[in-house]
Amino acid sequence: MKNPQLNSNGELQHLLTTEGLPVKIVRDILDRAATFLDADGREIKKVPLLHGKSVFNVFFENSTRTRTTFEIAAKRLSADVVNLNIGSSSTSKGETLLDTVGNLCAMHADMFVVRHAQSGAAHFIARHVAPDVHVINAGDGRHAHPTQALLDMFTIRHYKKEFHNLRVAIVGDVLHSRVARSQIHALSTLGVPEVRVIAPKTLLPTMVANLGVQVYHDMAQGLRDVDVVLMLRLQHERMQGAALPSAQEYFKNYGLTEEKLAHARPDAIVMHPGPMNRGIEIDSCVADGAHSVILSQVTFGIAVRMAVMSMLAGAKG
Amino acid sequence: MNIHIKNGRLIDPKNNLDAVQDVFIAAGRIAALGVAPPRFAADRVIDASGLIVAPGLIDLAARLREPGYEYRATLESEMEAAVAGGITSLACPPDTEPPLDEPGLVEMLKHRAKNLNQAHVYPVAALTSALKGQELTEMAELADAGCVAFSQADAPLTDTRVLLRAMQYAATFNFSVWLRPQDSFLAKNGVAHDGEVATRCGLPAIPVCAETIALSTMLALAQETGVKLHICRISSAAGVELIRAAKQQGLAVTCDVSMNHVHLSEMDIGFFDPNCHLVPPLRSLRDRAALRAGLLDGTIDAICSNHAPVDEDAKQLPFAEAEAGATGLELLLPLVLKWAQQEKLTLPGALAKATLQPAQILGLDAGHLSVGAAADVCVFDPETYWKVEPAALKSQGKNTPFTGLEVQGRVRYTLVDGQVVYQG
Repeated sequence: MKNPQLNSNGELQHLLTTEGLPVKIVRDILDRAATFLDADGREIKKVPLLHGKSVFNVFFENSTRTRTTFEIAAKRLSADVVNLNIGSSSTSKGETLLDTVGNLCAMHADMFVVRHAQSGAAHFIARHVAPDVHVINAGDGRHAHPTQALLDMFTIRHYKKEFHNLRVAIVGDVLHSRVARSQIHALSTLGVPEVRVIAPKTLLPTMVANLGVQVYHDMAQGLRDVDVVLMLRLQHERMQGAALPSAQEYFKNYGLTEEKLAHARPDAIVMHPGPMNRGIEIDSCVADGAHSVILSQVTFGIAVRMAVMSMLAGAKG
Repeated sequence: MNIHIKNGRLIDPKNNLDAVQDVFIAAGRIAALGVAPPRFAADRVIDASGLIVAPGLIDLAARLREPGYEYRATLESEMEAAVAGGITSLACPPDTEPPLDEPGLVEMLKHRAKNLNQAHVYPVAALTSALKGQELTEMAELADAGCVAFSQADAPLTDTRVLLRAMQYAATFNFSVWLRPQDSFLAKNGVAHDGEVATRCGLPAIPVCAETIALSTMLALAQETGVKLHICRISSAAGVELIRAAKQQGLAVTCDVSMNHVHLSEMDIGFFDPNCHLVPPLRSLRDRAALRAGLLDGTIDAICSNHAPVDEDAKQLPFAEAEAGATGLELLLPLVLKWAQQEKLTLPGALAKATLQPAQILGLDAGHLSVGAAADVCVFDPETYWKVEPAALKSQGKNTPFTGLEVQGRVRYTLVDGQVVYQG
């Protein structure tokens, strides 16, 4: 089966998932992202790489944060940015997804940044866009959120330098998380020898072990000696019902506190894709504490998205 | 009209026949095999040299989409597809709009089908009113109108007391009940097998226990009521095992599998191919192996097309939103042949799964070519290769996971009641 993300030259045509992404492309994206940051890793320069190009943020599911970071990234690359909140317009008027995509192509977009509630939606859109249009998946259902995973990898590399000697734990609702799936594939691709998932059985996909991770249900055991803790957001609708009895009970068992974090290595870093539920999946002391690199993630996220967009724009097809 | 089919390789599963023999047809029936009956004068001679002459195929699950879903398919288009696929009899599930739950609808469907003068249509009536799983339909009236069995199609029947009553009532009149086992709570919102692919792709999943729990309930109630139970579209290894055990204990249960599940698995979903969004979901490779083993040892009695034409707009959507189903009538024969070849089966044995055995499940004297039987015949060229191309299909549904596949076996003639209804 042809990898739908690569063109016939093996260049990145679309970014749909981190699964099956060649390690060279992953490293290129991280290296390129570093060039957009100054020596301290703080300031981001404005560059004309996408001058004259149009980037359409097409969000079928609302997200202010992710959309904003893509918008900033595109503007720093000097692109023209158009934001479309489709969730509240065409589809509710009965327009099909295919028609929406066709219409947007006719507006001469060069790049679509797409978020959709259905797993596989980004693949679907990539199959149907004009051949010179690039698609970036900004989150599809429970499937993938590749730029989030790549910015997480950038953050890990920034603080830990290497991947081959790390132990990483992903904590929380893996079952419904596109972030977790993308993180797992990216960590494996970059050669992390031990990836753990920690969650109650109701929040894990049935065959999660087949993704190459070790499964833990206990925080103390799962966090023992890890270098990186990747927290996941718990959606409000999961906090009570058949998956979990209550947010309080979840916090007691799986919320990241200083006490639980003490099981990790002393220099462990703590990450979260945001927005955080303080007091549910993470204690404020940890979120704002010395181990937390959550705000760096946000800054790096812009550089990584700039790297992805500029790489796609450079693909010759 | 007298027809003489000469020089063909005659295959008849019932009489375990596989030999070059002429077939003589008169008055819509098989008049003689081998030697012409006395004073037989052929109006038409079909030269079947190099071709196989077999009983017409019998499909246990072909949705014709009438009434109610004519934008997906019509009786005209699907009946044409059926005979082009060598199918001479088909059972259609009751999931139309409105569902086949009253005699008038059934009579209209039968009447429309009869006027088209192509394959025989055997409607399966709704087991409960509007398929809602609450009140029984007028089964005796529906049987009088021509229904051959009673089913919920893919609609849930969650109230086990209603299921018990439905089976008791059907057993009173010796009617067959056809059910597809799936627990509706466990399957809620699910679109793919709860396995490796759903885990990787983040697709809402349907676990195997959704099938086995419902199946165990059905088998227990069949035991209790003595009803003639037919299990539709078994999909899992554990499901096959339950049926095997039930049969060994002497329960009168039969079972079918869709041709899609004989050939495909969850792996074929690949990058979210909506053509692989099927009901039941495609399961693991291990499940597929168990389905094949079940066919070989007789646990599974029949292979059906599970024909469900879907219009293009409903399929051109992300996987979970895309409507489930695939076209199948024109692929049943080549996919049964492909399976036979892969499993190194004799043709009479393999074709029995799509001729004689479905006929027995339907309670029909059909699916064989004995002298005196209705001349429902499929003459096909076993050597012709052809590529599955949606635009070339006669069915109005163009979606199939087998698009682009090279298959073997092309229908040349289809005869229903001694009339040539298709020639290709």
